[in-house]
Amino acid sequence: MDHIRNFSIIAHIDHGKSTLADRLIQFTGIVNDRDFQNQILDNMDIERERGITIKSQVVSLPYRAKDGRRYTLNLIDTPGHVDFTYEVSRSLASCEGVLLLIDAAQGVQAQTLANLYLAMEHDLAIIPVINKIDLPSADVERVIEQIDSELGLDPDTHLKCSAKEGIGIEQILEAIVERIPPPIGDPEAPLAALIFDAKYDTFRGTVIHCRIFDGAVKAGDIIRFVYNHSTYRVEEVGHFLLQRQKRDKLSAGDVGYIIAGVKTVSDVRTGDTITLESRPCAKPLPGFKEVKPVVFASIYPIAADDYTDLADSLDKFKLNDASFVYEKDSSAALGQGFRCGFLGLLHLDIVQERLEREYDLSIILSVPSVRYRFTLKDGTVLFVDNPTRYPDPISILKSEEPYIRATMMLPERYLGAVMKLCMEKRGVNSALNYPSPGRAELLYDMPLAEVIFDFYDRFKSVTQGYGSFDYDLIDYRESNLALLDILVNGEKVDALSQIVHRERARARGLQACERLKEEIPRQMFKIAIQGAIGGEIISRTTISPFRKDVIAKCYGGDISRKRKLLEKQRKGKRRMKMIGDVSIPQSAFLAVLKSDTE
Amino acid sequence: MSEETSLTADKNPPEPSAIPDALPALYIHIPFCIRKCVYCGFYSITDRSQIPDYLAALRREMELYREWAPSFDTLYIGGGTPSVLPATELERLIADIRGVFPIASDAEITVETNPADIDAGLLNAMCRAGVNRLNIGVQSFDDRILAFLGRRHDRRQAVAAVTAARIAGMENIGIDLIYGVPTQTMSAWFATLREAIALDPDHLSCYQLTLEDGTLLDEQFRRGEVVFPDDALQADFFSATSEFLENHGYTHYEVSNYSRSGRESRHNRKYWDHIPYLGLGPTAHSFQGRERRWNCRAVGLYINDLASGRAPIEAVETLSNEQLSLEDLFLGFRTRRGICLETFKIRYGRDLLMEKRDVLMKLSREGLVEIRDGFLRPTRTGMAVADSLALI
Repeated sequence: MDHIRNFSIIAHIDHGKSTLADRLIQFTGIVNDRDFQNQILDNMDIERERGITIKSQVVSLPYRAKDGRRYTLNLIDTPGHVDFTYEVSRSLASCEGVLLLIDAAQGVQAQTLANLYLAMEHDLAIIPVINKIDLPSADVERVIEQIDSELGLDPDTHLKCSAKEGIGIEQILEAIVERIPPPIGDPEAPLAALIFDAKYDTFRGTVIHCRIFDGAVKAGDIIRFVYNHSTYRVEEVGHFLLQRQKRDKLSAGDVGYIIAGVKTVSDVRTGDTITLESRPCAKPLPGFKEVKPVVFASIYPIAADDYTDLADSLDKFKLNDASFVYEKDSSAALGQGFRCGFLGLLHLDIVQERLEREYDLSIILSVPSVRYRFTLKDGTVLFVDNPTRYPDPISILKSEEPYIRATMMLPERYLGAVMKLCMEKRGVNSALNYPSPGRAELLYDMPLAEVIFDFYDRFKSVTQGYGSFDYDLIDYRESNLALLDILVNGEKVDALSQIVHRERARARGLQACERLKEEIPRQMFKIAIQGAIGGEIISRTTISPFRKDVIAKCYGGDISRKRKLLEKQRKGKRRMKMIGDVSIPQSAFLAVLKSDTE
Repeated sequence: MSEETSLTADKNPPEPSAIPDALPALYIHIPFCIRKCVYCGFYSITDRSQIPDYLAALRREMELYREWAPSFDTLYIGGGTPSVLPATELERLIADIRGVFPIASDAEITVETNPADIDAGLLNAMCRAGVNRLNIGVQSFDDRILAFLGRRHDRRQAVAAVTAARIAGMENIGIDLIYGVPTQTMSAWFATLREAIALDPDHLSCYQLTLEDGTLLDEQFRRGEVVFPDDALQADFFSATSEFLENHGYTHYEVSNYSRSGRESRHNRKYWDHIPYLGLGPTAHSFQGRERRWNCRAVGLYINDLASGRAPIEAVETLSNEQLSLEDLFLGFRTRRGICLETFKIRYGRDLLMEKRDVLMKLSREGLVEIRDGFLRPTRTGMAVADSLALI
């Protein structure tokens, strides 16, 4: 076990995490330069384009250190968004140390701090690394000073590098060997392995990514998932180079994979413990949480004929995304579709984009919702995450909505703006601490519905990116709710309905009308948009028709050109949903929730 | 012909578009101008020293298509500016066209002209050659607007040209006008319209000024030097023009075209009805069956190709039924006559009334289309949004 080091790289966005990972991989020579491409660990197009990591990745780097010994350095790359905090925590739980990467020009930022706290929670060795020292605007002295004052770490422990230029890479690898402790564990004890991710492979089924804490596992063993109470026979175990690499066994300290005939990733739960059926461990590894979707929306095909394709694609998609759940649903306005659950809005966004990109589907998402709880007069308790299932108001005894406890870290100077935002989002029970001078920790209880939609974007904007934000679901609290319907040319569009706080209903109705006015293109006739609660119209707006679009000349030489333009337009129109006689673009459904960005 | 068939034919007179043996059209492109107008996106060059080589090449191209059709009943010489050709050259060209292609005796023969080029010599040459329709690019009777557009004639020359054509005995005279020019007011446009009808033309084309890629006007627009009317004002220009000219006895038979009774452009009609046409010269388009092809753009390339015996074709496309039907829709919605529902059904097996029932009802309630005598036709308001109507 002495030759193993398990580590992760944590950083504020754009501080160079993927570039450093690329350099470490290149330095250890497991991929030749010809096959190398940037952001090598971000496999999906969407990850490369957005510069974010969605799925975690593992790579085992073989390294001969200056002490002459050979080491295996397991780099566990983690996703970087609050929607995936739990996944990150499981990945970090599989490590003994982290590289905390700080941009030499930008210095310590919100996520630097948030990630540092996450690492500290797991008791990890922390190596501060100052990146981008080659930049003309680099201020290494200031960053060293911040490592001391803001992070409370020993400033002498820092390393300097430029991942882009490949400077300082070897020193980092040496520090990983010297300063991150080797894993401890007992190879002879009963098997205890932590699942931190799972991926679907068309040929092999589910590939479980895990960290072995105690014991060993090999092909032929019968394993048991402690929380899932299911057993499987192991077919293959191995390590990750860039591809999977079969091994005889995995033992304490190892990071690797297990293939055991598990059909879908949904049969595996991140954070679960794997043990041996014949010789189980005494207790499961700590930290397991049931990951539950918190945001719900319905997905409909734009063309009704695509329903079967959509069903097939969701089936396939689900194979590789355990946190995504769905069931059949139908809408009066949009026809047959599926009700889906997501971890958050980014997750929803990613699912939508991947369905369109990887499965070539044109889809519409209804307005997202959280899950509300209603107690009816006859004593029944109903959970409602779909506005179309809103109970008859007369029958409701009590309505409740989910609340979260938000934890925000931010420089003191943004406190006023953030508190204002939290109050606007119905935040209560605030608490304020100062973990270090000038830096505030602000806590609020807030309705989840207010937080998931555009809170995160606005929080980042008012703190100019210096604030970090995290939340935990706490409980359901009583709330005065109402169902806000949207009518387009007098026709109710159920997919645009939303459950709102009654006091906010009028404002939300106005806002929804305004957003729709911006999103729905002008058409040949007038479009009336109304917001209504019960039968009462609370807001309205109209989109005036355009009156001229015809080209002046259309003779022999113009016809093909014009037809091509119209074909293109028609393609665009097919990506909109016809509701009655109005074409509504995809973007309108999400835009309804966006508030004014001042 | 039996009694019964003739009765049926009388009850349902076939539309030209439904006539399978309607005669094809011939288009000849003359890609030369004295100077480029700021708005014009048609292909032309100002180097007139190439005219002789060009005409030689054009004659070669004509030879390639000698057998293309047994007869043509329209000939349209456009450009560019065909009237920059010396009168004798133009007369000889038309004679040569007749020598190669069988032009029907009652054919409509149109030449596009610039008012500055029109004189007795040119008019007499054209009459001798059998030109019976003159299209005059007047564009405006407002000297300020003419200067803005970069035209090389003024109001006085425009009036003189139309008058001279009449005197020369040209039986069918059409005038081109442009509206929606930056800074042009409605009353300034109406002054031009009034001057136009005072000259009593048989045909009027009123084009809304449109930005074409690569024109000087486009550059000015990108630099923010000119502002175009918004769609509401454009629509006002459009409907006021239509109303005014219809009140003065002109039928608004296509988005930009107005005529006295019986004076519609027979040639242009063929483009809109998918009647075969043969186009010769750079950028000219030809259509037959479901095939459309077009020539290369550059005069030099055109001359070289023909010198080495090659047809100067840039591209050919074969239209699917879906493409043809889309063209029928957008072209049909541009014309007052509209789309013949029966013909459409026969051609594409689609019953528009059944298929688009709800949206057609709505459009009809909103006053954008009407269904009459088996035709789905745009109203005046509908014609202004013909492109969108085609996408219903």
